[in-house]
Amino acid sequence: MSIAYDTIAFRSAKCDGCGECMKACAAVKQGTSRISIVPGARDGAFEMALCRQCGDPKCVMVCPAGALSKNAGNGIVDWAADRCVDCLLCTSGCAYGAISADPIGGRVIKCDQCGGDPACVGACPTDALEWGSAGSIYNRFGDKEDMFVPGLAGCQGCNSELIMRHVMRRIGRNSVLATPPGCIPGMGSVGYNGKTGTKVPVFHPLLTNTASMLAGVRRYYDKIGRKDIVVMALAGDGGTVDCGFHAVSGAAERGEKILYICVDNEGYMNTGMQRSGATPYGSWTSTTPVGDKLKGKTQDAKNMPMIMVAHRAAYVATASTAYMEELYDKLDRAIEASFHGFSYLHIYSPCPTGWRVPANKVIEACRLSVESNFVTLWEYTPEAGLRFTRSPDRPVPVVDYARTIGKYRHLDADQLAHIQAKVDEQVALLKRLAGEVSAVSAARAAAPEDSSTSAGAVPPPLRHETFRP
Amino acid sequence: MPEAKYLLVGSSHAALEALRAIRRLDPDGSMAMVTRDGALPYSPTVLPYVMSGRSRPDAVILRDRAFFDEVGCRFVSGVAATGLDTAARSVRLADGTQWRYGRLLVATGAAPAIPPIPGLDTVAFHVLRTLDDAVGLRARMGLARRAVVLGAGLVGLHAAETLAEAGLSVSVIEMRGQVLPGYIDAKASARIEAAFAGHGVKLLLGRTATRVAAQDVGIAVTTDDGRTVEGDLLLVATGVRPVTDWLAGSGVQVERGVLVDGFLRTSAADVWAAGDVAQGLDFASGTRQVLGIIPTAVEQGRIAGFDMAGDAGQKPWVGGLPVNTYRFFGRPAVSVGQAAAGGDGFEVVEQDLPHLYRRIVLAGDRLVGIASVDDPFDAGIMGELIRRRVDLAAVKDAFLADPTAIGRRLMSEQWR
Ligand SMILES: Cc1cc2nc3c(=O)[nH]c(=O)nc-3n(C[C@H](O)[C@H](O)[C@H](O)COP(=O)(O)OP(=O)(O)OC[C@H]3O[C@@H](n4cnc5c(N)ncnc54)[C@H](O)[C@@H]3O)c2cc1C
Ligand code: SF4
Ligand code: SF4
Repeated sequence: MSIAYDTIAFRSAKCDGCGECMKACAAVKQGTSRISIVPGARDGAFEMALCRQCGDPKCVMVCPAGALSKNAGNGIVDWAADRCVDCLLCTSGCAYGAISADPIGGRVIKCDQCGGDPACVGACPTDALEWGSAGSIYNRFGDKEDMFVPGLAGCQGCNSELIMRHVMRRIGRNSVLATPPGCIPGMGSVGYNGKTGTKVPVFHPLLTNTASMLAGVRRYYDKIGRKDIVVMALAGDGGTVDCGFHAVSGAAERGEKILYICVDNEGYMNTGMQRSGATPYGSWTSTTPVGDKLKGKTQDAKNMPMIMVAHRAAYVATASTAYMEELYDKLDRAIEASFHGFSYLHIYSPCPTGWRVPANKVIEACRLSVESNFVTLWEYTPEAGLRFTRSPDRPVPVVDYARTIGKYRHLDADQLAHIQAKVDEQVALLKRLAGEVSAVSAARAAAPEDSSTSAGAVPPPLRHETFRP
Repeated sequence: MPEAKYLLVGSSHAALEALRAIRRLDPDGSMAMVTRDGALPYSPTVLPYVMSGRSRPDAVILRDRAFFDEVGCRFVSGVAATGLDTAARSVRLADGTQWRYGRLLVATGAAPAIPPIPGLDTVAFHVLRTLDDAVGLRARMGLARRAVVLGAGLVGLHAAETLAEAGLSVSVIEMRGQVLPGYIDAKASARIEAAFAGHGVKLLLGRTATRVAAQDVGIAVTTDDGRTVEGDLLLVATGVRPVTDWLAGSGVQVERGVLVDGFLRTSAADVWAAGDVAQGLDFASGTRQVLGIIPTAVEQGRIAGFDMAGDAGQKPWVGGLPVNTYRFFGRPAVSVGQAAAGGDGFEVVEQDLPHLYRRIVLAGDRLVGIASVDDPFDAGIMGELIRRRVDLAAVKDAFLADPTAIGRRLMSEQWR
């Protein structure tokens, strides 16, 4: 397996030019900052110069002294002070302004990512700088076994296939998987002609009984003393928020120890793109068409993860494939929680076919959905309450997101205003849940001896935290 | 008869970059690098620092044996190529070996050009192009008190500084009226000249050496104004000449250097040339020139390598840009593009302050050249602005005031 590297990403839209990153860098490097933020073309816009630790670094190739080299272990382009002859040739190789003569002292300076914990990222108050540790994820999981056969029949660019493969690669063979009707079994994971497409025991429940069947499977494993099996579902939004809702709700209420993953592509996509209860307002679907009168769906989507919070499930989280580090972190916690109670992970999954998004723009759609707060990323446990894992502050307008999605192309200003208002309302509600719900004392929250309710206490106050990677 | 799919002649910047490019596309094709030098690859640019003692000769090596084993390239050193037979696809080496090749890269660089000064052939003198030259100069330097340097280009000035810092009394004779002619304008060079004078180096500018003679101790150089300059050590640094002698009779077209097209192909089939030996497209003039700098050698080596490995997506080269980063007595002087240009069609904006000098040359609101003394800038970004012909009309004043900030901004915008 080749090796991948972590990196610092810059989101110019979030940068307000405060310069904290430069101060932090100058402080740890005891000199001139290696990162430079400069005013952009528009008022209030900012641009950045920072070493990208190029895979094909030109600074290295023009150095006559062998003072620069690409470190194969961590990807950093290293500078060897003792070999450098201060000729400045490297500054002519770099098109990013990322290696330059230090005004103090005159030697060249460049970013070394502070050994994997960059000071600038930690100092950025707006999350404009992010530490992208996708490289580490790849190194950790890249050579783990893919639990699905090659050649599943998902559409080109299918985000759900990405989710299935990542999730099961992490969970591995010690699992029993339910895939109720939807794209996931539809693309071949349950198999064809008597052969399964999945390398773990997989079954195909009805839309209506997934969570109930899993509850039985778990109880059986408990009975025979197998505590190590992840009993789980990869279900679509239709099977979760509509047809299977009562089963999910019941299992959560009973505290069944299962991992329920909802892959939400906002509709019944494999049967011809019908609307579901998770389809957002205004969406074109085959059952909410766009014509003279109708202009897409006329109702708002229900927020299933919030409904699961109301069940006080052992773990509830939302995730997006644009933020893989988070997705993996939450997956770890969700697996762990599924051995103690009902664990619910809701992963948003733009559908290139049904949403009319080009295959190569799917991840961008994921990212914009989060950056606009159309989708919020958070997690909940009864003990710690609800916590944003990605700050919902400073969102981009929802219209920036909607514009990239074909199923919203027809939306008029009023409809967009409605969606924006709904997004704002959701965020306000989540913020209240995250920050303003008063703590219940542990004594009062603890369940009596003989009750079958999970003994979840609620000691610490619920709080609003900003995620710092 | 040994053979290789890829035969690279030369082991410096151009050849090393070609090797890298080839291996990106063809990890297994047989490859060999043949070089006249006995040492492992190093850069001529680092030699002034070897001469001064700042860099140890064994610490300037750019690739070790293990590297060549790892990438699967035979490294044959200490033997020069002496002939090329394009019909037989073979290269003859000084030891009589014939190497057959599938594709050949000529990357033999340049060697000092020795001017036809009467008497020069009768005395011992130094040049600075190889590691041996640098080590030899370093040894000699310790025994000498007075040095004469012919030529005030980059090599001559580097060496003169090293000699002066080592305590020798140094005279530099330069035919043109300024130091670094062709690289920077007269105002910038005046600052450099003042620094040299301040360190006790005698600069004889606008003077031609007419005769060199041996003396009881050392040498004497006579200049065209009848003066005589004496020294214990003579360094000739009057320019370089592409090493093309071994191509004589091969049919490969040579003018000043080996003529190459946009893909660094020579006139002969399956023969490429790159680096100081090549005469390729010059960005500004559109004519073919020998540029003689590392950035060009690297760029050409890369394109040649990709083309040799059959890269289908290759785009022709846009041409080389002069780029020089130079330090004198610790102070930086940087120039990119037509930094010394002026007159019709050019807009020149100079900042001539006590603590820094900066000269920006625009043509039609596009950057064509920039130079500075004591004010280093992002040379790579400026090069890109020039090559991409970025229209600066909207940001011109801001750019002139702070080329670094605006340059970074423009490139950041371009990359996103
Ligand atoms: C003192 C000094 C200072 C310099 N400073 C700068 C600077 O600051 N910035 C800058 O950009 N450039 C500078 N240069 C120029 C720069 O070093 C060259 O542009 C660069 O080295 C060119 O690389 P190249 O691969 O084309 O050839 P070269 O570096 O010239 O190497 C030629 C190679 O070919 C080999 N060779 C030669 N003849 C034969 C033969 N017949 N058979 C086999 N092998 C042969 C040699 O052994 C060598 O390996 C400087 C040069 C010198 C000498
Ligand atoms: S300094 Fe510039 S060229 Fe070198 S690795 Fe960093 S971004 Fe790339
Ligand atoms: S300044 Fe140092 S690191 Fe940069 S090219 Fe010169 S020797 Fe190499």
